[in-house]
Amino acid sequence: MAARIQIPREARRGEVIEVRILIQHPMETGYRHDDVGHLIQRNVINVLSCRYNGVEVFRADLSSGISANPYVQFYTVAEASGDLEFTWADDEGQRGSERQAIVVKG
Amino acid sequence: MRRAGIALAAAALAAGVAHAEERAIPPGELKSGSAFIGSDLRALQNDDFANPGMLWVERGEKLWSEPAGRKKIACAGCHKDQSMRGVAAGYPKIDKASGKLLNLEDRINLCRTELMGAESLRYESEELLALTAYLARQSLGLPIAASIAGPARAHFEAGRASYHRRRGQMNLSCAHCHDVQWGKRLLSETISQGHPNAYPAYRMEWQTLGSLERRLRACLSGIRAEMLPYGSPEYLDLELYLAWRAQGLPIETPGVRR
Amino acid sequence: MKRRDFLAGAAALALPGAVLAQVDPLEDPLVRALAGGAPVRKGKVTLVLPQLADNGNSVPIRIAVDSPMTAADHVKSIHLYSERNPVPNMANFYLGPRAGKAEINSRVRLAGSQRVTAVAKLSDGSFWYDAAPIVVTLSACLDES
Repeated sequence: MAARIQIPREARRGEVIEVRILIQHPMETGYRHDDVGHLIQRNVINVLSCRYNGVEVFRADLSSGISANPYVQFYTVAEASGDLEFTWADDEGQRGSERQAIVVKG
Repeated sequence: MRRAGIALAAAALAAGVAHAEERAIPPGELKSGSAFIGSDLRALQNDDFANPGMLWVERGEKLWSEPAGRKKIACAGCHKDQSMRGVAAGYPKIDKASGKLLNLEDRINLCRTELMGAESLRYESEELLALTAYLARQSLGLPIAASIAGPARAHFEAGRASYHRRRGQMNLSCAHCHDVQWGKRLLSETISQGHPNAYPAYRMEWQTLGSLERRLRACLSGIRAEMLPYGSPEYLDLELYLAWRAQGLPIETPGVRR
Repeated sequence: MKRRDFLAGAAALALPGAVLAQVDPLEDPLVRALAGGAPVRKGKVTLVLPQLADNGNSVPIRIAVDSPMTAADHVKSIHLYSERNPVPNMANFYLGPRAGKAEINSRVRLAGSQRVTAVAKLSDGSFWYDAAPIVVTLSACLDES
């Protein structure tokens, strides 16, 4: 699953940084019908987690109430240089992940 | 100013064949579709990160460098360090070798089949959307500048006739809404001028990115007219006419629309 | 007055009272289940939604909670509820002191004009909420194509 992460490349230790993620996923609601009238089964990303150097700093339970190609923005404290790694899973069991490095000075 | 435009359009419709360079909407009054959507959708379009269409642009950038087909060449293989800025702004255009009118999708598939030994990509496939979005994005901010000279002229005239032809259960032509009634409300929405400068676009109704042809088919469906198959020559002629009609409007791909 | 604001106001007046139902979040069974009997107070939470949705399929939402986000005093989680969507618990966000700032931005689907509620659970076990009304003409989930 394609995804984009936006975090500052560098930050000062203790600085509160903005984290943005956009994931390509239809977030199929389960309320739509196909051309011949059959219900298209629900398939949404139901959990999204962000680990900073292995420690979970953010988690979200999502539902069909979140728009297609989900976008989430939150904040985290820049503690140390390393990686922010996102992982997510959808109703069909498909998993996705994306990571971005950050350099923390001071 | 607007009344003069309507009078011109009405005269053109009545006459059946408009005078060569007569424009129902003068260049100074051209407005992109983004002027007719709400402020939130406009803000989303202008957010280079959160604009969902950028997911396809990024994918297109990757595909551009991926070898494909029997010859295992990537687009970047032939185009090397060549900037593609300005290329999309000139489409649809006549292919010199074959004399045919091509849109961006056709051009990509021509390169793939004839030069890369790769298979053609279907309309609305993830790959074709990604590549067209990526290429159009390279022309971001550049004015649409498709040529209607030489062999393109016949296509332009066919496109203009198509644009002004009444069709479907509602017996409407494109001109009725987009030349004469733009800016007015249709149910809860405002009618746009119907320009192609933001395509492929992320349409909320589709909840995904879609091509200009997909949008044209949606228009036809909307007036209860028959939707021609993807790739029909009539769509292509219409795309050229729309590009001429939008001449000078900056490219905004990927647009965010309702 | 901007035309959009006028239309939003006019639409709000035109809709029957039941549609913009003033369901007290404190009476919502999901909110009560979350709080487990603890009081849910209005305050600390700010929920921002446009007055009028451009399109119900993608509505920008911001939830902010006034909190120092220290180890001793922080937001543990934020819960989002819809009073009209087929799935009322829209999302839950789990924070903690490492967040630094309790603010979430996202884009949501809304199936019709309604009031959306955000409930925050703090580290001291208290619950706070905010609610915001929104007019949606093109509904997600229901107005499908």
